[in-house]
Amino acid sequence: MLRKLLIGTALATSFAFSAHAADVKEVQMLHWWTSGGEAAALNVLKQDLAKEGYAWKDVPVAGGGGDAAMTALKAMVAAGNYPTASQMLGYTVLDYAAAGVMGDLTETAKKEGWDKSVPAALQKFSVYDGKWVAAPVNVHSVNWLWINKAVMDKIGGTEPKTFDDFVALLDKAKAAGVTPLALGGQNWQEATMFDSVVLSTGGPEFYKKAMNDLDEDSLKSDTMKKSFDNLAKLVAYVDPNFSGRDWNLATAMVIKGDALVQVMGDWAKGEFHAANKTPGTDFLCYRFPGTDGSVIYNSDMFGMFNVPDDRKAAQVALATATLSKSFQSAFNVVKGSVPARTDVPDTDFDACGKKGIADLKKANEGGTLFGSLAQGYGAPPAVANAYKDVVSKFVHGQIKTSDEAVTELVKAIDDAK
Amino acid sequence: MSTVAETQIKLTPEHDARPGASVRSRLQDLLPKIVLAPSFAATIIFVYGFILWTIYLSFTNSKTFPSYAITGGRAYQRLWRWTFESDPPSSWYTSITNMGIFGFLYIAICLALGLFLAILLDQKIRGEGVLRPIYLYPMALSFIVTGVAWKWFLDPGLGLEQTLHQWGWTSFHFDWIKNKDFVIYTVVIAGVWQASGFVMAMFLAGLRGIDGEIMKAAQIDGASTFQLYRRIVIPLLRPVFLSAFIVLAHLAIKSYDLVVALTSGGPGGSAWLPSNFMYEFTFKRNEMAVGSASAVIMLMTITAIIVPYLYSELREKSR
Repeated sequence: MLRKLLIGTALATSFAFSAHAADVKEVQMLHWWTSGGEAAALNVLKQDLAKEGYAWKDVPVAGGGGDAAMTALKAMVAAGNYPTASQMLGYTVLDYAAAGVMGDLTETAKKEGWDKSVPAALQKFSVYDGKWVAAPVNVHSVNWLWINKAVMDKIGGTEPKTFDDFVALLDKAKAAGVTPLALGGQNWQEATMFDSVVLSTGGPEFYKKAMNDLDEDSLKSDTMKKSFDNLAKLVAYVDPNFSGRDWNLATAMVIKGDALVQVMGDWAKGEFHAANKTPGTDFLCYRFPGTDGSVIYNSDMFGMFNVPDDRKAAQVALATATLSKSFQSAFNVVKGSVPARTDVPDTDFDACGKKGIADLKKANEGGTLFGSLAQGYGAPPAVANAYKDVVSKFVHGQIKTSDEAVTELVKAIDDAK
Repeated sequence: MSTVAETQIKLTPEHDARPGASVRSRLQDLLPKIVLAPSFAATIIFVYGFILWTIYLSFTNSKTFPSYAITGGRAYQRLWRWTFESDPPSSWYTSITNMGIFGFLYIAICLALGLFLAILLDQKIRGEGVLRPIYLYPMALSFIVTGVAWKWFLDPGLGLEQTLHQWGWTSFHFDWIKNKDFVIYTVVIAGVWQASGFVMAMFLAGLRGIDGEIMKAAQIDGASTFQLYRRIVIPLLRPVFLSAFIVLAHLAIKSYDLVVALTSGGPGGSAWLPSNFMYEFTFKRNEMAVGSASAVIMLMTITAIIVPYLYSELREKSR
């Protein structure tokens, strides 16, 4: 019975494979960029590939979101039915590479000069064991403030340069009767903000040690305690109704002028654009006070799977098109992020995008480009989620003091390693 | 005696002499088995096979992908340690205490409310045909729809509180859904709203099945309405209680989607149920071994409740 079932499955799979053999001119892509701007941005890539004669086929994912896509990918890979490429985040790429299912794009990378143009910090996730396994699509950075300019003018605020400036600015907003800080009380948003707080409180060296190297002494240091205290200071400025709010609703509060500022990654810019707001006149983008010169990043990647030989040409075409300067510029202008290679001209980008590109270049050269722990670029998912748990429990009061918070943080990270 | 033996001897060759009939009758015997075989096989593999698979995985060191080398009970040790970490509460501690609170209140309130509504509807009132579906329809909604609707309704900035403030009752305060200590009770509210109508329908069917003569006899004997229900009706409804309990218990255990839609996990993960814990660890945190171990513990908990019930039911039947 079981043997028959296995033979049946094997037959079905081989049929599936032989069906694929005819489809060499096709790119099968698993992704969750299905909404408005993102879908439009991806369309550029589809057209680029169509020009070279490659058809685009979305791998359907029920339910949207990244989680559902990752579950679908796991099932496909377990069944030996690899897509040409899949949208992937951080350590997921390395997990799959360690499982030996990723392709090898080193030749293409050499030809296209990715080694030089893609920031070294990103290559940690796109290169495994000396082989290129993924093509980075963009670089997002999370240490940004998004400020409503009308409210800023009303309260007479100026760009905060230090954490204390920032607190003073929030006080001004509070006195003027607007919600000072728009925050969505979901664990990833709280932790994303805390990434910036740690960098601001401890500086680049400390951030790297604590949040990327997970050095235990740094994690339980007084600087970390102070970071938690600073987080508590910021949380005092949110509205009472913040818990569970989605990030885009928090952005909407800033857009409408109900709130002064949001600390969020640059994907928030997409919301401002969708509301027809322009940087400089309607909204302001500053680096989180005390973090200028450093960039905390996360990045979307297209992981390239070890497909049969007859599908490799399509894969190479996809990877080349993904990292082409024209696509990098066109896509990231729409997405709000900055190109994943540092040699793309910034002519088409708005003021915030131009600053983002310059900052990325500077951080890459100065060695201050760090992975965001909250976004899963500082440590594997188990650790990153344990970190989010602790930050969120601190924000919502299950963990009461910063002393307790660092103890819990060390314990949770140790547990998850 | 000899005649019996003779007929038996006679019968056998006759039976063999008609091979066509024998094949057909054998086929007829087999037919139910053949029809059931696919679903039986599917159940064996996809339910019991995967239960064993999960138990196996819980003793490995599986992370993102299953790994097959048994490495011992570290996953269980971690869960056991987390069981007693109440300050600050570990995610597992939160999940299991929430399961206790939610399971108990959800089942108890649904049963009480369902019985109460059924008794009211059973008073031969006018318009029962309209009222019954009104209570019953929430059951037709998925947990996701219920969750989202109640999320908006309970949100202090959007729903009930905001509306009452606009109407002038500005001191009204109801922010349970934003409060880490009370968020699990909002899950109870939404769950009860959805299921109590269904329980009511079950009780109503039970009430309609009670012989009117018994009621009349009790009334003639001078029983008050309260005594009538307390001493006669409710004891007669015992089988309905049991069915309703089983339906509600399994709804309670699988209400993962309600928590996600209503609270997206609650402030600091304070609304998690064990099912949320299991999904989160297996698929988001790539700790498949811990996820599997928590699933096994859930299974054992359910078994501890269901097996005594089945045992008592079966014993009663065999008596």
